[in-house]
Amino acid sequence: MSAKAQSLLWIAQRASAALLALCVIVHLVTIIYAVQGGLSAAEIFGRTRGNVAWFVFYSIFVLGVAVHAPIGLRSVFIEWLGWRGRSRDAALVAFAALLAWMGMRAVFAVFA
Amino acid sequence: MSALAVEVWRGGAQGAFQSFEVPRHPSQTVLDVVTYIQRSLDATLAYRFACRVGMCGSCAMSVNGVPRWTCRTHVDKVARENKLVIGPLRNLPVIRDLVTDMRGFFDKWARAKGSFAGTKTKRDDFARVAPDSADRRKVDAGIECIGCGVCYSACDVVAWNPDYLGPAALNRAWTLVKDERDVVKHERLRAVAGDAGCHACHTHMSCTERCPMGLAPTAAISGLKRAVLGSVLKGEL
Repeated sequence: MSAKAQSLLWIAQRASAALLALCVIVHLVTIIYAVQGGLSAAEIFGRTRGNVAWFVFYSIFVLGVAVHAPIGLRSVFIEWLGWRGRSRDAALVAFAALLAWMGMRAVFAVFA
Repeated sequence: MSALAVEVWRGGAQGAFQSFEVPRHPSQTVLDVVTYIQRSLDATLAYRFACRVGMCGSCAMSVNGVPRWTCRTHVDKVARENKLVIGPLRNLPVIRDLVTDMRGFFDKWARAKGSFAGTKTKRDDFARVAPDSADRRKVDAGIECIGCGVCYSACDVVAWNPDYLGPAALNRAWTLVKDERDVVKHERLRAVAGDAGCHACHTHMSCTERCPMGLAPTAAISGLKRAVLGSVLKGEL
């Protein structure tokens, strides 16, 4: 992988970290606000079903995680396992796809 | 006069600590202790030093588990219960006893393009760099490195990722990136970017904590990250 590609990965990780920081704050504030007076599945669905704004927000959240986590895991693989090369990159792409799939599945479940 | 109990590493990568008893003196340095052992107790002890005044960067060793320049490290400040454990620097192959092979360390300076590349010849007038310019100040902050290897030994990322260029080489590269006379900045940024370069730094700051010259390689590495970011965004990398 070229120095430029490695630098782009670093930039993607830092940019996604900034995005996630924002998403986590919005998510936590929403939770604290939403649980006041009890929490039920009906209440959650009432807020999220058909709501495009929440759908877009949580889609960005999930995709941010899918970008951020595998890049961090890449450094862990290098430093702790000495794992490099295509097999590592393939495993990380698979991990990113798994995160995106699981996350988006949850987002669709509360939207549709 | 009290005695100091000293454990000194003997052997190469495989070896063991050997115990010595060394008389205490006022203002005694760790290098004084090692020199006493070599001259009075065991002439086969291998260690390295040159200037004895904190300029040459030759005498760095691990003292009670911490990398230090031994010529400027007073026993009073580091001995615990009158005991010292002295070993070779971490993260470098041990040749014998307290002597490490520094080739890997300096080869990484070359890999980081740590040599100046200008355009002027000896027939040209010398360049005038304003001492108070922002770039010159950044160069000043990192230029006094003596190449002792203390930061390299203190760095956990070097231990985990042997390809990592390390704090000293990256600090050197940063002083050249900020040198307005230098003409190979893009090549240098390419050399220090990525998994083996500035992006591998975890900002633990062990290098900055241990640097005997009080430099901040962590700040230099952060500067390189910013410079690489700018270079990527401009499509220059």
